[in-house]
Amino acid sequence: MSEHRHDGAAAPRVAVRKTHKLYIGGAFPRSESGRSYPVASADGEHLANAGMASRKDARDAVAAARKAFPGWAGRTAYNRGQVLYRAAEMMEGRRAQFAAELSAATGAGRPEAEREVSAAIDRWVYYAGWTDKAAQVLGGTNPVSGPYDNRSAPEPTGVVAVLAPQDAPLLGLVSVLAPVVAMGNTAVLVASERAPLPAVALAEVLATSDLPGGVANILTGRTAELAPPLAAHADVNALDLAGALDVAGAGDLAADLEEAAAETLKRVLRPDPAVEWEADPGLGRIRPFLETKTVWHPVGT
Amino acid sequence: MSSEDRPRAPEEQAAGAGGGEVGGEAADGHGTSRKGSRLDGQPLEYAPAPESRSVVRLREAYDPFIDGEFAPAKSGEHLTTANPADEEPLAQVAVCGEADVDRAVAAARRAYDTVWRDLPGAERGKYLFRIARVLQERARETAVLETLDNGKPIKETRDFDVPMAAAHFFYHAGWADKLAYAGMGSDPRPVGVCAQVVPWNFPLLMLAWKIAPALAAGNTAVLKPAETTPLSALLFAEVCQEAGLPPGVVNIVPGDGETGRLLVSHPGADKVAFTGSTEVGRGIARTLAGTGKRLTLELGGKGANIVYDDAALDQAVEGVVNGVFFNQGHVCCAGSRLLVQESVAEEFLERLRARMALLRLGDPLDKNTDIGAVNSAAQLERIRALAETGRAEGAEAWSPPCPLPERGHWFPPTVFTGVTQAHRVAREEIFGPVLSVLTFRTPEEAVAKANNTPYGLSAGVWTEKGSRMLWTAERLRAGVVWSNTFNRFDPASPFGGYKESGYGREGGRHGLEAYLV
Repeated sequence: MSEHRHDGAAAPRVAVRKTHKLYIGGAFPRSESGRSYPVASADGEHLANAGMASRKDARDAVAAARKAFPGWAGRTAYNRGQVLYRAAEMMEGRRAQFAAELSAATGAGRPEAEREVSAAIDRWVYYAGWTDKAAQVLGGTNPVSGPYDNRSAPEPTGVVAVLAPQDAPLLGLVSVLAPVVAMGNTAVLVASERAPLPAVALAEVLATSDLPGGVANILTGRTAELAPPLAAHADVNALDLAGALDVAGAGDLAADLEEAAAETLKRVLRPDPAVEWEADPGLGRIRPFLETKTVWHPVGT
Repeated sequence: MSSEDRPRAPEEQAAGAGGGEVGGEAADGHGTSRKGSRLDGQPLEYAPAPESRSVVRLREAYDPFIDGEFAPAKSGEHLTTANPADEEPLAQVAVCGEADVDRAVAAARRAYDTVWRDLPGAERGKYLFRIARVLQERARETAVLETLDNGKPIKETRDFDVPMAAAHFFYHAGWADKLAYAGMGSDPRPVGVCAQVVPWNFPLLMLAWKIAPALAAGNTAVLKPAETTPLSALLFAEVCQEAGLPPGVVNIVPGDGETGRLLVSHPGADKVAFTGSTEVGRGIARTLAGTGKRLTLELGGKGANIVYDDAALDQAVEGVVNGVFFNQGHVCCAGSRLLVQESVAEEFLERLRARMALLRLGDPLDKNTDIGAVNSAAQLERIRALAETGRAEGAEAWSPPCPLPERGHWFPPTVFTGVTQAHRVAREEIFGPVLSVLTFRTPEEAVAKANNTPYGLSAGVWTEKGSRMLWTAERLRAGVVWSNTFNRFDPASPFGGYKESGYGREGGRHGLEAYLV
């Protein structure tokens, strides 16, 4: 029969390779543009072709994120925490894959890659814990001088466009995505241009973590092509520019994006060249994507 | 702190006094019952009750306040500020140019480096306490001056603007030695020199919102008052002198739009704070892109006031009137869109019109005046032009019989019915006493319509049902939600917008975040 050679010896198995696609609205489409680009390892070896998202893909991702926003923001904080914790669980089960991809992408030795995978998993756990605490830490009762009940509480700002850091393709990636979605925002994330494969693997984790479709949308491709339409998009509320540094051929991309974002008065988190992804992040990436809502009500009989 | 030192709570204020209650009792449900206060159904006549302006001694010309002194502007230019109620000139005021702004920023830097930054918080705080006290002591004079320069009713400056400005200094004074508890880490640092630009609608109060937190946090400030209302800021400069504030900690640079541009784009400023139009705010955000400077913006709004069918209608009428006619509607958080549930719309509008007929428009210095003058000819023209689009687009305008004074800038309280969401009067900030009325059938529709705007500053909810109020408040995309009340402000309560109404908060612990690193 056909699965046996006529001499009876088993043929070496041909590996099933993965097509690296985008993650939009909970599905894994190819770029509508039909484009892809080759991704190389740290030492220049071809690893795979990644989807090269277009401006249209970016707009589709914003639409998916907007659609998912009310439902996700309306979940209880406890529920969001459980979903984020679930993402950590799913990542833990794929440690070996993440370590291998990270090693290939950055050239890090296996122990170092393992450590970074651990840190990335722990970061999901960290933010899972913030979901039902940040409102108490950042909000409160305001002692106004009148017969009014007056409280302030943080709320998610809406759709956040996130440029993941270029040189920290896993820990940096999780460090920018988790705080955005933890508090009820939805995200359109542009993965590290040079090392996008860990982001694709993360999308697969998220797709099996009870995170509703559209809450996190992950695009691979050219940062300098995808970031400007996101920065100018009227339905994007905020912008994390972590990945706007060191984008080849893009000039001062961060400044240009900030200027584009001014048109719709987006909240902008500027990139910090001295950022240390291993450090305790605190509220530093939570606060910029929250709005404070203050509610007044008279007190009386 | 004894009770007479704090701004009066709205309930304590005289009928129709500040805190925003326009022309009637605090929301107590008696708004329209007074319609029958005379047998013929006519409102009571009021004799004139003018506040004396003798308490104010206007100077002929005002210089900028830089490095602790008033000295002529190097620009040599002046503008004339006038009383919008009679168009009589009040004074000549310097228009600061580049050299003046440079000098002010340099003075602020020097004060920051040599005095203010390292002054123990407790001592910094004492200066702010002093400022609060001097403002209280000079309250009458300040209120009259503000009314002369701005055109808003004396009962608002007297009972709202000035006491609230003093309260902001008093509140923030206490923060100066407690910054480690502001939620910005155990050893927060000031940002540095703050460039601050404030609008003409609440000239002194907006100054207080800017300068009090900046100084408490250890920053120094250069502030530009609005072109048409510079006088209270220059009076505030005297207050700083009187309080013995070290030179350069506060600098006031009056001028026009160009002065503002010079200030916010000055390389010596570490932080910019602006309150004003969304258009100018966008421009500032563009200017500051890539500079690394901190920026907070308090911009426009198109607040929705949602009245459910179970609301206490007379209270809601008071709140809606207060929401859009307070300060002639020159309020960024004004409730300029009324969303009333269809089943009560007719009855509500009838009561609203009856209530509007009782509003008294006229001499801002008269203690009975509810609606004063529009601040400038230019603003009056904007209000007229937008109101005209309402008529042109098919909405129906109604104003109570309301004779307008012959001189000055006036616009009658106006309500538009037959408005759709596509009408410009339902979408654009009019910044005047103009209310647009829309209706809804379900709570979902109310929320969807309320949120259907690029702005997100304020909103109101009127219902007697607690769960519905909370449900609605939760879904409104606005920084301040007033339920069964409107236009309440307090130094301890954060204020600021979502979306294109700007970013950052002013007031409360949250407001300090903008001034600390």
